[in-house]
Amino acid sequence: MPLNVEHDLHGRRKGRNVGVGLMLGAFVVLVMVLTFVKITQTDFATGPGAVGPASGTAPVEGN
Amino acid sequence: MSDITNTPAAEYEAQLGDYFALLKPRVMQLVVFTAVVGMLAAPVSVHPVIGFASILFVAIGAGASGALNMWWDADIDAVMKRTVGRPIPAGKVQPGEALALGVALSGMAVMMLALSANLLAAGMLLFTILFYAVFYTMWLKRATPQNIVIGGAAGAFPPVIGWIIATGSFSVEAWLMFALIFMWTPPHFWALALFMRSDYDDANVPMLTVTHGRPTTRRHILAYTVLLAILAIGTGFTAIGGYIYLSFAVVLNVLFLIGAYRIWQRDEGDAEGDNYEVERKFFRLSLFYLFLHFGAILIEATLRPYGLGGW
Repeated sequence: MPLNVEHDLHGRRKGRNVGVGLMLGAFVVLVMVLTFVKITQTDFATGPGAVGPASGTAPVEGN
Repeated sequence: MSDITNTPAAEYEAQLGDYFALLKPRVMQLVVFTAVVGMLAAPVSVHPVIGFASILFVAIGAGASGALNMWWDADIDAVMKRTVGRPIPAGKVQPGEALALGVALSGMAVMMLALSANLLAAGMLLFTILFYAVFYTMWLKRATPQNIVIGGAAGAFPPVIGWIIATGSFSVEAWLMFALIFMWTPPHFWALALFMRSDYDDANVPMLTVTHGRPTTRRHILAYTVLLAILAIGTGFTAIGGYIYLSFAVVLNVLFLIGAYRIWQRDEGDAEGDNYEVERKFFRLSLFYLFLHFGAILIEATLRPYGLGGW
């Protein structure tokens, strides 16, 4: 017996699936905006993870 | 034939709203509000996007612990009038689904808060979830009449987390906000237990009303309210207080003390005579009490940059 494309189950779950889809979409957008804000707020030249003289740490001399 | 066609058409299909109800949206409102106040009362400003995202993850974490609570307490919820309509006892959501949702959202919320704010805030959120879902729900609630007293701490952590989101550290002011909710919780719930009289008995939850009787509960409400009033008014003289907060605190605490005194003076005969009118009024006042105290802290914090709030 061929499986109908539009089974009753699909109809009953439609609202739920659309809701989950929208939430996941919103989550992706939120993470993107958050990443943008974090990157623009961080001063990579003088921040704690910075490398080189600007970080305030003296470069390690070889033996 | 596929599995899909075997599903009975009449079987209830859980909707998004049913899963949302697992997150205890009303508790989430309180968590969001107190966490926002904690974050804005801190002396460090937070970028709006980071603040919004961080509070959202705190709310999701709180909701997740609510789902775990409903999963574990489904047997109790099924016999209490107040909770019988919750998604699991109502047969709308399977217990396993609540467990999965609670664990997944907890993990996601903690990890995302670590990324959006800082590790300390994420650690506090994880501690809060475990405190509520494991320490309170799985152990304290069914073990001791002090369940509400110690378990109340779980609901008191959000302003501390909010403060840590902004500052990255603890401080006395954050713990004062914690203490305000911590001391408010017992009288709030004991008043509820007095007028929802058969619920906790039926569910065999060792509430103070069940284990030590109603006169003891009335004495406890008064004692905690006196301590709460001292704490709430004392907070007015700290860095998060000011004239506005102090005015709110004095009025609210006088009203709260009058309510607690009237509860203490009554016996069960008086209470049954007017269908627990005084206890119900005290419970309703307790909701405004907490909202207005934190609202006043928020007003002080909002006015401070303009030289108006604080001392």
